[in-house]
Amino acid sequence: MDAPIIEVRNLTKVFGSVLAVDNVTFSISEKEFLILLGPSGCGKTTILRMIAGLEIPTEGDIFIKDRLVFSSSKGVFVPARERAVGLVFQSYALWPHMTVFENIAFGLKVKRESSQIVAEKVEKILEYMQLEGMKQRYPQEMSGGQQQRVALARMLVNRPDILLMDEPLSNLDAKLRLEMRAEIKNIHSQTGATTVYVTHDQVEAQTMASNIAVINKGVIEQLAPPKTIYNRPANLFVADFIGSPTINMIEGRTDKKGDDEGIFVEDGHLALKTAYTDIQPGIDVVAAIRPENIAIVEEDRVNTIVGEVRTILPSGPETVLRVSHGAFQFSLLVTQEVNLSPGAKIRMHLPPENILVFDKKTGSLFPLEA
Amino acid sequence: MKRQRIVHSYSRFKNYIRRPHIVISLILLAILLFIVLLPFAKMVQDSFVWQFADTRLSRSAEPGEFTLFHWKRVFASPLTRNILSRPLFNSVTTSLSVSACAMIIGSFLAWLVSRSDLPFKKTIATVAVLPYVIPSYIHALAWLNLFKNERIGGAAGVFQYLTGVSPPDWLSYGYLPIVVTLSIHYFPFTFLLVSAALTSIDSRLEESGEILGAGRAHILRRITFPLVLPALLSSFILTFSRVLGTFGTPYFLGTPVRYYTLSTQIYSNIINRVPSVGYILAFVLIAISSAIIYFNQKMIGRSKSYVTIAGKGFRVTESPLGNLRYLILCIIALLFFVSVFMPFLLILWQTLTLYPDDYSLKHLTLLFWIGKANTAFAEGEAGILRNPAILGAAWNSIKLALTASVLAGFFGIFIGYAVVKGKNTKLSSMVEQMSFLPYLVPGIAFGALYLALFSHRIGPLPALYGTFFLVALVCIAKNLPFTGRAGITSMLQIGSELEEASETLGARWTTRFRKIILPLSIQGAISGFVLVFITVMRELSLIILLVTPETRTLTTMTFRYQEQGYSQFSSAISVLIIVIVVFGELLSRRMGKKGTI
Repeated sequence: MDAPIIEVRNLTKVFGSVLAVDNVTFSISEKEFLILLGPSGCGKTTILRMIAGLEIPTEGDIFIKDRLVFSSSKGVFVPARERAVGLVFQSYALWPHMTVFENIAFGLKVKRESSQIVAEKVEKILEYMQLEGMKQRYPQEMSGGQQQRVALARMLVNRPDILLMDEPLSNLDAKLRLEMRAEIKNIHSQTGATTVYVTHDQVEAQTMASNIAVINKGVIEQLAPPKTIYNRPANLFVADFIGSPTINMIEGRTDKKGDDEGIFVEDGHLALKTAYTDIQPGIDVVAAIRPENIAIVEEDRVNTIVGEVRTILPSGPETVLRVSHGAFQFSLLVTQEVNLSPGAKIRMHLPPENILVFDKKTGSLFPLEA
Repeated sequence: MKRQRIVHSYSRFKNYIRRPHIVISLILLAILLFIVLLPFAKMVQDSFVWQFADTRLSRSAEPGEFTLFHWKRVFASPLTRNILSRPLFNSVTTSLSVSACAMIIGSFLAWLVSRSDLPFKKTIATVAVLPYVIPSYIHALAWLNLFKNERIGGAAGVFQYLTGVSPPDWLSYGYLPIVVTLSIHYFPFTFLLVSAALTSIDSRLEESGEILGAGRAHILRRITFPLVLPALLSSFILTFSRVLGTFGTPYFLGTPVRYYTLSTQIYSNIINRVPSVGYILAFVLIAISSAIIYFNQKMIGRSKSYVTIAGKGFRVTESPLGNLRYLILCIIALLFFVSVFMPFLLILWQTLTLYPDDYSLKHLTLLFWIGKANTAFAEGEAGILRNPAILGAAWNSIKLALTASVLAGFFGIFIGYAVVKGKNTKLSSMVEQMSFLPYLVPGIAFGALYLALFSHRIGPLPALYGTFFLVALVCIAKNLPFTGRAGITSMLQIGSELEEASETLGARWTTRFRKIILPLSIQGAISGFVLVFITVMRELSLIILLVTPETRTLTTMTFRYQEQGYSQFSSAISVLIIVIVVFGELLSRRMGKKGTI
């Protein structure tokens, strides 16, 4: 593997008496697109700001391109302006008293580029961001999407090889957001810049990231590629946070039944066969299955449960069903045509290989073979 | 291990200090220490030490030695009654009376303007502020021009001229005229505060009361009144503390009949070279003032003690006044006549009289405006528009107001930056609180603080007494609570991301400040700047103890001329001040500020 571009070791940030970031360690390799994903207030923005140099960590070390930019033990702090990273803010932070041209040219002028080069570079980036003819406008005279492009242009014109983005799309409407997602992904692949991107939107994270770090209460719960995060969530928090509708969870206790291969999860009413073979019987666990993995079937098989349809929520190509079985509520995501009405009885099949089992006490996933 | 820890904490300190807002906070703290806390400490010290002048008062006086003499003199001596008790009683009674009158007039007017169908409401709202804009002692001068009697004032006033009756002393001087003139001056303050409260109350709250069948009086009493109660209370308390520190009016109207208040007592003690006693009285004033402002803050929270008028677009339903509206309109017209037009007219008329007690039309003259020096009149002083001393004072006033407003404005921006950037840190709240301290100190007491500290040399710094710099410094310090607050507000509006964006693009702090922070905050600073300009232009209490002939201003010139009996001159200068100040107020309104005091 390549040498990491950004390396964060034991990073901790305390605000007053609040522990915002708790002993976080991770690294980002070249050209990676890392997304810091988590609920609001989880510390993801604080991590980004510490990398940018806008926040001084309480403890830890940060390396950027093998250069120590912060170390609490060595007393090193390189301020933001010397770190040469590009940052896009959630609010865009465009200067209202400057035109688009002046906004974009700011960084170049700070570097004392000649005015001819400044004009050329700004012109080029305006064209690239499809902002031609707007350079004399003021930010407040533009739409949200255009402001977003200016903010990106202002960062990109300096050709930083590290891009930091703090929820850049959260102020846009749904349609523009889709467009800009593609745009940012495109910028990433064209510039090859290592990118750290903060969001609370899991769909955004799934579609754009090469790696996702799921953050909760200042701790990284899991750092892995999007597919792994979705299919093999490391713990209950990640399993619950990722995916919409949320994953189905059944609390129970492990058991072994006769000479049948596999561990069962039982709770008195339900007994679910799983693909696990080597969990001790008698452990309190949580079994989880994604809504799209539950199938509607005609005849009884292993792990088939009869339930009553409560609500039907169609949305274009897919339909979400809420089905109850005793005290349990299951969410199903089906893509085929549904001809059901509330109150109908259906058979649900929960394939053993799609059931994840978590230790209830620690919350972490039991490893699945292969 | 131990060594490592030291290195560790040192490096942490280094990191800490590297941030610009920390550096600015530290510099600000040092300056604030110097211009706010140090004078206070010096005053405390002086009150416990024999002064040279004390050798007149006591044979055991040993200049420079510790003594409780001054404190005993103020609090436990045969003189206590005259030095402390009486003036304190007078201060409290006048302040209470003024606060009550001002609150009744101001809040009633506020209700009429924001809740009734009274005609000409906009005009009324504009004119209502004027009495507060002109310096408070000008009403006192106008009163004297009208009611002074020849027994004490030398020349008689217009009243005696017209009726031939000599007004009794209680009408000319003392409690009654002080309360009337200051009430006229301060009712706009209540008006502004209560109007702000009323416009921020959605009248649907009142309407829902109406739907439930409550009568109008009932709604006023049970819904409207409780909602504006904080503003009412606040205006009462703040008026009280302002009147307490007012110097000009009680001096002009009280001193001639030996009716002293704390503020005039402070002045005369310092003038009569018993400064330590003056300082102790200033402590008493500061203590009372701080206590009531603290009480006010506790009751309603900090933000409300600054009057900002920011009406939101709520729906307002007007209460019909019916036939009463014309009667009320007449009463308001009368109020404005008495509080605005008549004082101005009286002052103007006075400037045109050849002899101070002869108001006849045939003796009207422009001598005191444009007359050449003539030994037959006013000991040969030329009219104010060709009198170098007065033009010099005018120039001083403008120079002082400009310097103070520009520097206090800049200070405010820095305070705002330090406080907002360092949000919730101890350092930033220290800066905020220190910059707020001058608010607690009444003007005359603040002047006394500066006199105590800067009349001697401090280390390498020469004695600043008598310099323009000192007068400017006291005006800057006294206005910091306002410009600091304005700076904090505008910095909060700007937000920190705009600066951070430029930081990530490689701009150093000076560039960030010059290109981003300053241009963005200057807009908010300008209205604060005009405000401070007006405040300094009409300032008397604060600087009266500090000015010398070289640094005198229009206000202190008014004071001197009035003291010497040249009421034409003092009136003429007052007209000049009114013109400048009203012009400034209109200008600030033009620039979008709705009226903040």
